Amino acid sequence: MGRYLGKRLLISVATIVGIVVIVFFIVRVLPGDAAIARAGPYANEEKVAEIRDKYGFDDPMPVQFVDYFTGVFTGDFGVSIRTDGDVLEELLIRLPASLELAFYSVLMATLVGIPLGILAAARRGTWIDGGARVFAVFGSSMALFWLGLLLIYFFFFRLRWFPGPIDRLPIGTEPPPMITGFYTFDAALRGDFGLVFEAFRYLALPVITLGFVLAAPILKMVRASMIEALDSEHVRTARAIGVPPRSILFRDGFRNALLPVITAIGIVFGYMLGGNIIVEFLFAWPGVGRYAYSAIQVNDLEALQGFVIMVGILYVILNVVIDVSYAWIDPRIRLGKKVSS
Amino acid sequence: MSTTDPARHGDASGDRGRAARSGRSFEAPEIGGETVRPPLWRRKPLLIVGFMILTIFILLAVFGPLFVTDPRVIDTTNTYRPPSSDFWFGTDKFGRDVFARAVHAARLDISIGIVVAIAAMVVGSTIGVISGYFGGWVDEGLMRITDVVLAFPGFVLALVLVAAIGNSIPNVVVAVTVAYIPYFIRLTRAQVLAERELEYVDGAKLAGNGRWRIAFRHVLPNSMGSSVVQAALVAGWAILTVAGLAFLGVGIRPPTSEWGVMVAEGAPDIMTGQWWTALFAGGMIVLAAMAFQFIGDDLGTEEV
Repeated sequence: MGRYLGKRLLISVATIVGIVVIVFFIVRVLPGDAAIARAGPYANEEKVAEIRDKYGFDDPMPVQFVDYFTGVFTGDFGVSIRTDGDVLEELLIRLPASLELAFYSVLMATLVGIPLGILAAARRGTWIDGGARVFAVFGSSMALFWLGLLLIYFFFFRLRWFPGPIDRLPIGTEPPPMITGFYTFDAALRGDFGLVFEAFRYLALPVITLGFVLAAPILKMVRASMIEALDSEHVRTARAIGVPPRSILFRDGFRNALLPVITAIGIVFGYMLGGNIIVEFLFAWPGVGRYAYSAIQVNDLEALQGFVIMVGILYVILNVVIDVSYAWIDPRIRLGKKVSS
Repeated sequence: MSTTDPARHGDASGDRGRAARSGRSFEAPEIGGETVRPPLWRRKPLLIVGFMILTIFILLAVFGPLFVTDPRVIDTTNTYRPPSSDFWFGTDKFGRDVFARAVHAARLDISIGIVVAIAAMVVGSTIGVISGYFGGWVDEGLMRITDVVLAFPGFVLALVLVAAIGNSIPNVVVAVTVAYIPYFIRLTRAQVLAERELEYVDGAKLAGNGRWRIAFRHVLPNSMGSSVVQAALVAGWAILTVAGLAFLGVGIRPPTSEWGVMVAEGAPDIMTGQWWTALFAGGMIVLAAMAFQFIGDDLGTEEV
């Protein structure tokens, strides 16, 4: 296990280095003149010169690269052109809001995707299976911003069931004191269940939007791996010796289908880290995605690059966690044996 | 949008593999030793539905603009008209005909989806076959780069690329294509690795064919199956990605008639009840993406 872990971590560090190199290439080398790109179309020459001087864009590329590289690895993500604040600091303040949204969205996607996937696999070829498949394709082709607007129109504008897209809590409401950064958890820890309820009301529409879309890949993966497990020889034997169908479905089927499902949940979580820009913008959710959105509007490439690097690093960490849990659950992997299925 | 990572949907090859294996089940109806094949619309209904929707969109994209009014015409006496027989999709805050804009946008969005899918497939398979067939340090280097690019969600990669190189339609096409290329590299390479061990490759070598010729004329065509399926899916995701970027103000900008731009322009109207300015255009994005998903999903499923 130790050796496997070491090797896996080494690859991850290499990947993170690669990410930083690629992001440097995209935001510093590609634009031609990095200062003009950041100053925006309406800036005068003095503004461009000021930015050039402040960010060291006059230095030779290799010098810029070394500065940038050492900066990122010592926790210096640069300074935002828009706010003049420290990018890493600004991102970390906003991260809990994004993580809370991600947590509940993935939870919802899992609660919808896994039962539907099991059902579809158990009733393969019936109308239930067909319905689940259409649902999955529908989720794969859904535009988040369209679904979000649809929900806002019906459940806010028409029915007034849920609050409008403004923030995490009603205007003027004091957020709970920071413990985990998740408002629902923090309010519950303080015993303020009215606030918990409010926080959930504001979470509802963005979570439904994301959860619906993210349920599709989980459903597909559960169905496919369930079918594979149910077609295996040990299940055929279990059937032959008269093990009850329910037991076969959950003990032999689902337990063996769990590994790919964990991967699917991980991938979906990783996708969330980047794909939430649209939902956070739409629902005015004060997370990292909305920060990235604001950065884009004024060509604040320094802030945007910080966001991208953070997403990349979180994604890599997530993959390590998935791989390690995989190896922990399935000894064939850490022992380096070939997995036959 | 947005919802655009092949990774999160599981790629075509995985589904194919699984389906092929489950095809070993005992359920295939066999009569007199021969499998009875039901008609295509029974076996692959989604494929047929997908092609039908896509055909309508293509007809709309090609001929539609000839029949509608100029989508750029501003008419301040006709703002925010709800959908009616005169204005099928209503009018927006400038009095522009939403239907006319949506039809013009179909031409742009559908073309971008198809161009991105084909470009990503061509570039990705070319790199994939070089990587897979020749191996060695070229393969090693290309795979490491691919891994790093895949460490970003595709949408974020496209976003930062466009932000860096500037807003324009060609730039968006390039950026979104780059984001999808790695999936084709992986897919083709995996196929090529299996394919190059087959005997016909040895035969081709004995017949005196050069390495490049074997790689591109013999191995590549036999390794393209899953890439074509993937291309259908990518066309749908590309439409979602481009529209999602436009929704955020990245890439294609107002006043261009593009579905994502239209949703972005119409989004504030939702709060005041004029749902038609945004929701029709958004619905077309979803419908177009769905047509490609139906096609890709059904093509990628082996027959049971």
